[in-house]
Amino acid sequence: MTKILVIAEHDHQQLTIDTLHAFTAAMALEGSVDVLVAGYACQSASEQASRLQGVQRVHWVDSLCYQHHLAEPLAVLIVQLIAQSGYSHVIASANIFGKNLLPRVAALLDVAPISDVIRILSCDLFSRPIYAGGLIETVESLDAIKVLSVRSTAFDEAVFCHTCAPIDKVTPENDAVSILSVYVKQHLAQSKRPELTAAKVIVAGGKGLGSSEQFHALLEPLADLLGAAIGASRSAVDAGYAPNAYQIGQTGKVVAPLLYIAIGISGAMQHLTGMKDSKIIVAINKNPEEPIFQVADYGIVGDLLDIVPALYKVLAHQ
Amino acid sequence: MKVLVAVKRVVDHNIKVHAKIDGSGVDINHLKMSMNPFDEVAVEEALRQKEAGKVQEVVSVSCGVKLCEEILRTSMAMGADRALHVATDRPLQPLSVAKLLAAVVKREQPQLVLLGKQAIDDDANQVGQMLSALLGWGQATFASKVDLNHHEVVVQREIDGGHEILKLPLPCVVTTDLRLNEPRYIKLPNIIAAKKKPLDTLTPESLGVDLAPHFHVRKVEEPVQNKQCIIVDNVTALVAILKTKTKVLP
Repeated sequence: MTKILVIAEHDHQQLTIDTLHAFTAAMALEGSVDVLVAGYACQSASEQASRLQGVQRVHWVDSLCYQHHLAEPLAVLIVQLIAQSGYSHVIASANIFGKNLLPRVAALLDVAPISDVIRILSCDLFSRPIYAGGLIETVESLDAIKVLSVRSTAFDEAVFCHTCAPIDKVTPENDAVSILSVYVKQHLAQSKRPELTAAKVIVAGGKGLGSSEQFHALLEPLADLLGAAIGASRSAVDAGYAPNAYQIGQTGKVVAPLLYIAIGISGAMQHLTGMKDSKIIVAINKNPEEPIFQVADYGIVGDLLDIVPALYKVLAHQ
Repeated sequence: MKVLVAVKRVVDHNIKVHAKIDGSGVDINHLKMSMNPFDEVAVEEALRQKEAGKVQEVVSVSCGVKLCEEILRTSMAMGADRALHVATDRPLQPLSVAKLLAAVVKREQPQLVLLGKQAIDDDANQVGQMLSALLGWGQATFASKVDLNHHEVVVQREIDGGHEILKLPLPCVVTTDLRLNEPRYIKLPNIIAAKKKPLDTLTPESLGVDLAPHFHVRKVEEPVQNKQCIIVDNVTALVAILKTKTKVLP
């Protein structure tokens, strides 16, 4: 029987949006879906999980050792839960949280994790991008337990209902596992703009912006006018135009907003893999031969120093 | 202190790959191969720690076909002291590589293992995490700053929306993000000198590691690309389309 465990990522109060996408992927497997909420003082997150439409049961684990989502104790806990409840599939988002955690879980189980799943074809057949999205491979897992990280943009956001699934408060067997890593501190970039992965509109800049000053001077007013998040290509980040948290692509975030405006981005494969599932893509670039136009729905060819302020002006006057 | 750096031979990052005609896999015949860029960053970091006097020996290791020796020579031309090649012609899956590396770690007893956070071919992003699990060590993935001391390492790691700092007792595994450093250019005399550095060959059999596959690749295909870009003359026309035709703007 297909029995699925979704590992929830949360801030102890609320589940992350990525977790809601991962839950939808789990539901696509057509089995019974449970959710693990492990954290510290995370009762409200577990209650929220119990209202996910279709969830059978929530495992709620509250302990200081899960406060910072460190992979080492969390992986041990998940392996214990699998042994107790006989899960056939373990699923989390293919974001930093899931990528850090799931391979550790899989190695402890002696199974091969499948990363970045974009299509679930059956209970053991999955598609995933390779070569920065240049190719798609379909793999058949031979393991008894499938450990999958799933790409958020490939699955819809789960919805909540008014009824609550039962919540089991689990006491871990040994939360005094030897300390393998210690959390020191976290620095999250403060922004009044929406999160990249949750934004409906993204204004993204590339090397074509020419300087950090122009990157900010041209993109910020436009983003604020549209209520958009700001993204960047890797070359723009490497050139120091934008912080790493803005990066979209193979080594950054994968996004799929309603509208993606690519400004001065040539469209290297490693960038395209992070944004080509956006609903509408607009490219602004001086060279019509750039690969960004191959994934764009609409393009304007010309000097971005003229086009971007003009675009702002037209939008501001409407 | 000894640092082990794991490096993978992959299709060069500037080359576009294609699926085999029959869809059975990726056609990598006759393509230029290089060291995985993330692993280059790992080698560079080990060398910088050595140059800072915190590390005495840097050993590189690669698993796979005979030609992996080329990237091991590259790692030694960068500055690694010696190299280990786990030689096999069989295809290697990430879990098998993690097991091979765990066996090498048991022989070599390094205090730190550095590797790239992911390889740019299969984009799996798994080996470092699996290796640390198999060893029962701590892991710091996606490192953008590494501060190594005698008994511990403080790692700044890239996370969604910012970064966080972890402190790990040694030994442990650290996987590197591109942001950690910029790998050095290799000078010609160093390439020649690297030919004289020791490169030992091991086998999966001698390490006692079973390479049985845990998954089969059933199909490899090009992604569907059916978009036709409409070039618009001016921003007024663009805004009109976005508002009325696509309705992505209010």
